[in-house]
Amino acid sequence: MAGAGGGGCPAGGNDLQWCFSQVKGAVDEDVAEADVISTVEFSHSGDLLATGDKGGRVVIFQREQENKSRPHSRGEYNVYSTFQSHEPEFDYLKSLEIEEKINKIRWLPRQSAARFLLSTNDDLRINLWHLEITDRSFNIVDIKPANMEELTEVITAAEFHPHQCNVLVYSSSKGTIRLCDMRSSALCDRHSKFFEEPEDPSSRSFFSEIISSVSDVKFSHSGRYMMTRDYLSVKVWDLNMESRPVETHQVHEYLRSKLCSLYENDCIFDKFECCWNGCDSAIMTGSYNNFFRMFDRTTWRDVTLEASRENSKPRASLKPRRVCAGGKRKKDEVSVDSLDFSKKILHTAWHPAENIIAVAATNNLYIFQDKAN
Amino acid sequence: MSAEVPEAASAEEQKEMEDKVTSPEKAEEAKLKARYPHLGQKPGGSDFLRKRLQKGQKYFDSGDYNMAKAKMKNKQLPTAAPDKTEVTGDHIPTPQDLPQRKPSLVTSKLAG
Repeated sequence: MAGAGGGGCPAGGNDLQWCFSQVKGAVDEDVAEADVISTVEFSHSGDLLATGDKGGRVVIFQREQENKSRPHSRGEYNVYSTFQSHEPEFDYLKSLEIEEKINKIRWLPRQSAARFLLSTNDDLRINLWHLEITDRSFNIVDIKPANMEELTEVITAAEFHPHQCNVLVYSSSKGTIRLCDMRSSALCDRHSKFFEEPEDPSSRSFFSEIISSVSDVKFSHSGRYMMTRDYLSVKVWDLNMESRPVETHQVHEYLRSKLCSLYENDCIFDKFECCWNGCDSAIMTGSYNNFFRMFDRTTWRDVTLEASRENSKPRASLKPRRVCAGGKRKKDEVSVDSLDFSKKILHTAWHPAENIIAVAATNNLYIFQDKAN
Repeated sequence: MSAEVPEAASAEEQKEMEDKVTSPEKAEEAKLKARYPHLGQKPGGSDFLRKRLQKGQKYFDSGDYNMAKAKMKNKQLPTAAPDKTEVTGDHIPTPQDLPQRKPSLVTSKLAG
């Protein structure tokens, strides 16, 4: 299998050949906490690519235009700007440490009626801010119980609908997703739609709730679907059907027999993100050992690729990787026990119109392109 | 009736054994319970949430700290237990307990 991914919006075939394009960042073995990339986002045109890190810094890359004297640099992303966005603060009044880590970067559309942004730093509240009013916000969701001992779930992710500016979704640590319409009520504690996959009670275990926690939720570009990422899978939901997802893709099912160790080393709490390609025909998410996975929704083919310095010659094709879950390990397969759980790909981004992807591997940013690009 | 009871118990045990064989998740659960027998028995919120909420920073309250210092002039402040998983009401984080964090003024290596 050459590669999955139905393509961006150009008439791409289903068989893509992903190739190494660029890698940014240091080669040090010792990674400073501040250098860990915490978010990656393409702009709406794809010409700009932004990263944020745990040290509160933002780096913006710009795609080079075609240049006859430097033909190989066409399509390369080079540094456009960098700045310190956030600094660590200590709020003495509330005895709170305010972390400088960049959680999310969102590009503002150049011409848009949307002047609001959602902030969900807290586990318990979602606030709505008007871009021009910085001293107050509307609280639209508040799930803090009167007695914290009664707390049973927290908010894990939230997003505005891409076209209907009054609609937002938020996910929970119990694997549920609520869709709210801000037109129906000011305080959206009551949802318009409630998405939850029924659970088989006989298969319930101590880990069931933890692995069902949704770490990311993303609307499709079309606005018809949304995708959720939990610990072991990615699910696609049709907004018109609350009872169950329309698609479930297994990311690394072989980890189910390692849950005990993953709980002990805290990896079970890792928050993986997911993303759609430009025309919603493919989805991508990260895994361990610097592996990342792509699922083609039209052909149902999937592929596992690796972001590594060993495979970083210009335009080198990425070879599909395979994990051996048990039994005899074939040549070129990696066994589950030799996976490096410190090498996690939590953040990935797909160019909105082309087959170019950005993959954050701890402190390095990899850019891959389809050979045909 | 009494003859059936021992059979019912072994049927249950059999099902449990089957579960471990067919469900890797249940086998992992059994492993965890063997290592941490008291897991899941604390009241108020699930262990998962507890572990999740504990992953946050320790908070330093200058008011609490100074009042505690004033109260216990000659004694030492209660320090954190060797097992720092739970921050109890008695332990007041001191400036020494907090990890040192300096603002990062160095340019990101991604821009290098």
